[in-house]
Amino acid sequence: MIYEVFRQERKGQPFVHGGSFHAPDQAFADAYAREFYARRQESVALWVVAREQILEIDEFPDEFDLKYRRVDGYSIKARLKEARERVGSTERARAEAAAVPPPERE
Amino acid sequence: MNSVPQRSKAELLLELADDELILGWRDSEWTGIAPFLEEDVAFSSIAQNEIGHARALYELAARDLGTDADALAFDRRPDEYRCAPLVQLRRLEWARTIARHWLYETADAVRIEALRSSEDAEVAGLAGKIGREETYHRLHAEMWIERLLAAPEGRARLEEALLELWPYALGVLEGGLREAFAGLVRERLPFSLPEVVAIPRDRHETELGELLEEMTIVRRSAPAGAQW
Repeated sequence: MIYEVFRQERKGQPFVHGGSFHAPDQAFADAYAREFYARRQESVALWVVAREQILEIDEFPDEFDLKYRRVDGYSIKARLKEARERVGSTERARAEAAAVPPPERE
Repeated sequence: MNSVPQRSKAELLLELADDELILGWRDSEWTGIAPFLEEDVAFSSIAQNEIGHARALYELAARDLGTDADALAFDRRPDEYRCAPLVQLRRLEWARTIARHWLYETADAVRIEALRSSEDAEVAGLAGKIGREETYHRLHAEMWIERLLAAPEGRARLEEALLELWPYALGVLEGGLREAFAGLVRERLPFSLPEVVAIPRDRHETELGELLEEMTIVRRSAPAGAQW
């Protein structure tokens, strides 16, 4: 049976697919997952899932070519640039404000 | 349950260290040729752990004996090694390897548990640390025993291997610890093991000489005090 392993590198981070291995049952999968993905303390937690238990979806029909639903349907380049400039100016203002020492407090 | 026969602390540590070092060496002989890749990695890792335990035990013994861990591991005469015959055997056959692994881990668990209540705080502390790692070795051995017992062929091969190794396994421990160990083994198996005479620790198999010859070859070829 093939098991897929998802590893978490630090607490709070998302689990990321690490790889897969063969094991005859869950007890072996437990042992092998530890050896392959955690023996060097490179993971803080693992999700070990039998591949057959994973619901895989890979067909997304779009018969009528509904372009307007997709994010690539229109250009956001100009709007992104505008947004970046706006953020840049507020960050500059914030940095200038931070440069002034705050009033002393007890 | 402290029925470890009286011997000096250093002697006791050397017995344990030699068992772990030689078993670690034997288990590492599977690296690259284990039955399948996943097991190759897992078993090699267990072998590395055993050698790590040996190192910690040699370091503790070395302080009492005024030497260092490498000298204890590599520079003694073959007749000075105190490892049990069980770990000396070279049996590159998977059922026997698993049978030995399980017998050794079961015996070691009994021994480590007794040492955890040692009056010597350093020995007790190290036994606790080793015990926590050995828990995973035991789980590994146990899952294989369960798997082998589940099918007629596996069961037959395991039984044959255990019958061969049983007198060797009994020789790992003495007195009350040996009885406790034998009880645990018998309790787990669906077939019975005969009453046999244990093969004592001072017996050396010819395979041990060959192993030491190979294991110390780098040490002997390098000038004393070489640093790597």
